[in-house]
This record gives sequence, C-alpha cells and structure tokens, in this order.
Amino acid sequence: MTILKVDKLSKRFGGLVAVSDFNVEIDKGELVALIGPNGAGKTTIFNVITGLYKPTGGRVHLDGKDITGLRPDKVTALGIARTFQNIRLFSHLSVLDNVKVGRHLRLRSSLIAAAFGLPGYRREEEEIDRASMRLLERVGLADVAQEEAGGLPYGLQRKLEIARALATDPKLLLLDEPAAGMNPAEIRELMGFILRIMEEFDLSIFLVEHQMRLVMGMCPRILVLDHGITIAEGPPEEIQNDPKVIEAYLGVEEE
Amino acid sequence: MKKATGRILTAISLLVLSLLLWWAEGHLDPYMCRILSLIAINAVWAVSLNLIYGYTGQFSLGHAGFIAIGAYIASLLTVSPLKKARFFMVEPPIWPISVIQWPFAPSLTVATLAATFFGFLIGFPALQLRGDYMAIVTLGCAEVIRVFIMNLYPITNGAMGIKAVPLYTTPLWSWGFLAFTIFIVKKLGDSSYGRAFKAIREDEVAAGTTGISVFRHKLMAFTIASLFAGLGGVLWAHLICSTDPNAFTFLLSYQVLVVTVMGGLGSLTGSVIGSTIYVALAELLRPLDTPTTRIQALGMTIRGHPGIRMLVISILFVLIILFYRRGIMGSNEFSWQWLFSKLQPIFKRKGAGREK
Repeated sequence: MTILKVDKLSKRFGGLVAVSDFNVEIDKGELVALIGPNGAGKTTIFNVITGLYKPTGGRVHLDGKDITGLRPDKVTALGIARTFQNIRLFSHLSVLDNVKVGRHLRLRSSLIAAAFGLPGYRREEEEIDRASMRLLERVGLADVAQEEAGGLPYGLQRKLEIARALATDPKLLLLDEPAAGMNPAEIRELMGFILRIMEEFDLSIFLVEHQMRLVMGMCPRILVLDHGITIAEGPPEEIQNDPKVIEAYLGVEEE
Repeated sequence: MKKATGRILTAISLLVLSLLLWWAEGHLDPYMCRILSLIAINAVWAVSLNLIYGYTGQFSLGHAGFIAIGAYIASLLTVSPLKKARFFMVEPPIWPISVIQWPFAPSLTVATLAATFFGFLIGFPALQLRGDYMAIVTLGCAEVIRVFIMNLYPITNGAMGIKAVPLYTTPLWSWGFLAFTIFIVKKLGDSSYGRAFKAIREDEVAAGTTGISVFRHKLMAFTIASLFAGLGGVLWAHLICSTDPNAFTFLLSYQVLVVTVMGGLGSLTGSVIGSTIYVALAELLRPLDTPTTRIQALGMTIRGHPGIRMLVISILFVLIILFYRRGIMGSNEFSWQWLFSKLQPIFKRKGAGREK
C-alpha cells in the first residue's frame, strides 16, 4: 500500500530550477533514501512535501489524500513529521516540553479551558505528560527529561528531534541528514535506532543522507538526485555501480 | 518541599497581602493609594506584554493603542450624561454616548472586550509580518488609534479628553485584577498552549512542522495580550480620573516595554518588580521635573527642569541592564522552593554561629 506518492514535483526559485519532475512512491513500512551531491535539491523536496515551500508544479499525496501546498501544521496533523539538517529544537524549553509540543496538535481542550485549568484540560495535560514521558523512555531520553534541550550533547539533540517528530503520531517520518556530523560509532548506533523506531512505531521513513555508510547499510531502495533531476533509482548494489551516479559524485574524466 | 506546603504558603501570603491593601485603603493618604494602584496597573500591562513578547516572541509596540481603547470606552460609559454635555464643548456628543451611564462592572467588561476585539482586528494583518516589521505595524496602528481619538470630537471630545471620570480604582481592585491577570497568564503559559507559544518564539519553522498552527497561535496570544492591556487601561482611567489622548503616545508603549524588559522577559515576577521600581523611581524623582527645585550638590546648585526625570530613569535603566543582562529576574519566576534555597544558607550560618 502506497503511503506517499510524489508526482512530477517541480520547484523553481526565479530562474533556478531546484527540482524538476521528481517522482517517488513509498510503500507502508518502507525505508527509502534520497542521496545526491550538495545542492541537488534534496532538502527542497522535503520542504515541499512538508508544506514549507509551495511547489511550482506536481502533486503530493499522503495515503491517497492530496496534500499539495497545505500548511506545515496541516501536513503534520495528517501524518508526516520531519527533522532538519541543522537541528532545530526549541532550545530554551526542557527536553520533556519539546516532546510535549509535539502533542499539542492532538489537544481538544480550548484556550479558555487551559487558561482556567478546567478539569477536562487537566485530564488531557496529565495524558500528554504520561505519553511524553513514555516516549522519552522508549527513545532513551528519560534521564534528561528536565534538562534544557539546547544544553544536550549533539547526539542526544538529534535523538530528541526525532522523538519530537514521533510525538506527533506520524505515519511517515522524513529525516534530513540524521547522521550529519556523527562519527562511525555514532552512525552505527543511529542506524540501529532508526530501524528500531521504524518497527516499534509502525513507520515509513524517507531520508536524505550524505553518509554512504548509513545509506548503503540499511536502505533497500535509493534514489539519486543531481541538479534537481532523478538520475538513478534502485537497490544499493545497483546504485554503487551506476555510471551516472559515479559521474555525479566524482565527476567524469576528460578524454 | 511538598506541593501542598507551597499552596498553603501562597494562600496565606495572598490573605496577608489583601489585608495589607485593605488597611492601606483606609489609612494611607490618596497619593500613596494612587501609587500603589499605579504599580499594579503597570504590572498588568507588563504581564500582558510578556505574554506576546516574552512568551510568544512577537515584538509588539502597540500597547498604548489597546490601553487607550480600554480607557476611553470605560470613561465614556461611566461619565454622567450631564457632565458629558458640559465637557464636550467643540461638538456635542452623539447618541448613544450622550445618554449612557453604566456602573463599573458592565463598563469594565465591555471596554475590556472592545480592546480585545481591536487586538484581534489589528493582530490579523500585523502578525502576518515578522520581527521588526511587525513592531512597526503595531506601533503605527497604535498611533492611528490615537489620531482617530484626537479628531473624533463628537465621540471622544478630541484633544480635550474626557474629564471627571469616576474614581473606582482602589489598591484592592487594582491588585485584585493584577492577581487575576497573573493567574490567567501563568496558567496559560504553563499549559499546552503556552508551550506552543514558546515553541513559536524558539523556532517558527520547527513549530510549524511540529504541528503548531503558527499564525493562529500568534493571534491568540496577541488577542489575550490586548485584553489585559485594555483591562489595565480601564483601571488607569478610573484612577487618573481624566482620559487625555496625549497619555497614549508611543511613550506609553515604550514605558510598558521598559518595565517588562527591566523585570525580565518571560518572567511575571519580573514584571511586578519592574513595575514597582519604575513607578517608585518616577515618583521619587518627580522633584527633578519641577522648575522650583534646587538641589545643592558638589558645591553647585542643580535646578529642576521638566524632562530631567526621564533622563535619570533612562540612565538607571541602562545601568540595570548592564548588570542584569536579561532583566532583574531573567526568565525565572518566584517560587517558595527558590526562596527556601536562598534562605537556608543564612539560617545555617546563624545556627553554626550560635554553637560556638
């Protein structure tokens, strides 16, 4: 069953074509990677899918529903959560509060109920508190729950950003360079973590990555983007030997 | 320390505070009562600005506009038709202003709601912008409100303002409303909505992709902030007893900003402390503004001159910010736990001294 279907997506910034005719279909429970040299348009694709940019052309469907051009919060409410290449936490809030913000979109109580602390709201708040603590325990951040998010070590910040995304109950998780700035040992741990949450939270994952080790090691299907155009798609072995991919990454020898 | 202990202590101190205010109303002279009320009103404004600027991170300079709306509507609704007919000298007041006279409670409610409505109306376009641009638009809107007031003679009596507004604001009322304001804003700030506001302050893009409807939440914070700004305006009108358009210039928004930043952005305790310092300084330094004052210092005679007071306050403000970068309280709040942790070492030292 297809969860995400991106159809002929294109995005231009003035005269610059960032993405052109990008297609992808991701099945439920699938893990797909998007790779490509710097400036290939990978993050732009994520930004269009999550509603941060309006596409110049093409459609995005989630679970059969057209979500093209919806506002970011609507997209998140429908089931797509994401992380960012340069971590974007709510730095001055506690770790627990960062995750709790992710539960806000499911809140039913009104502003007035919250302002007066009415019983209905208090019950919901307790529920949010429990769910958020449970989530932190599952991802291994429970000991630092009360600490300020901005003060966490880098690796934990990455983890917290993923936890915050998970708090919104996503069907599809978009990870933008989750291994950026990590050493091989940390990358190995991250790979295990991603595979674990994928199973535990019943997720499909679409990730952008530069680290070949991570991508080749765990993603059954890879898309390669160069200058906004998909130049290859397939399993890791095929991608590694594709002349077009080698050319895009290493350049071609002049005869 | 247990939660219950804190609650009991809070209840006791609130009771003591109200008894003190009740005593003050009966025993202190009207001048002191007025200063007490001014502290509370300035604190209401600062708490309100804290909601939109300290919590939500939206730099608004439009408070004077919402304060003016609260003050004017409350004045027009409570001054007797007879007095209005006498004071509206340029043009007579239009109906229904010419005949209306309401008691305090309904007038306060309507005036506060009107300020809230204007907050919503102005917030709608202004909050589409970000940062400095939003500050400029809110500043402009407040000026537009003031210019309308200055020129709508049949409704507002224009530049001459409204005189003989009944004195309703006593220390007990003003501090009561301050307690209510703090209660609501604090509850809201700690709630799921408050977390959403703070998330917007920290990172708008991330807040959006975490499922927060950014514009809607900014508008909520802005509208509630204008509600409390308007409420403070109503109390102010019934304290000063005359509502004059020149009181609602940009300087008033600036004054609210100074109080908020001096106390600490994001700290409601700071707002109350900042307001106390500001009002106390403004009163203590009043002689500097009086031309008849002569101060002998360093073998020189310094004469009072209108405006010196603000100069001195500004210098003191700069000094405070130099020593307390993030305001007196930073973004911390008063709590019993904090107080005990501060007091403990003092008592321990005393105990150790006795043993010797």
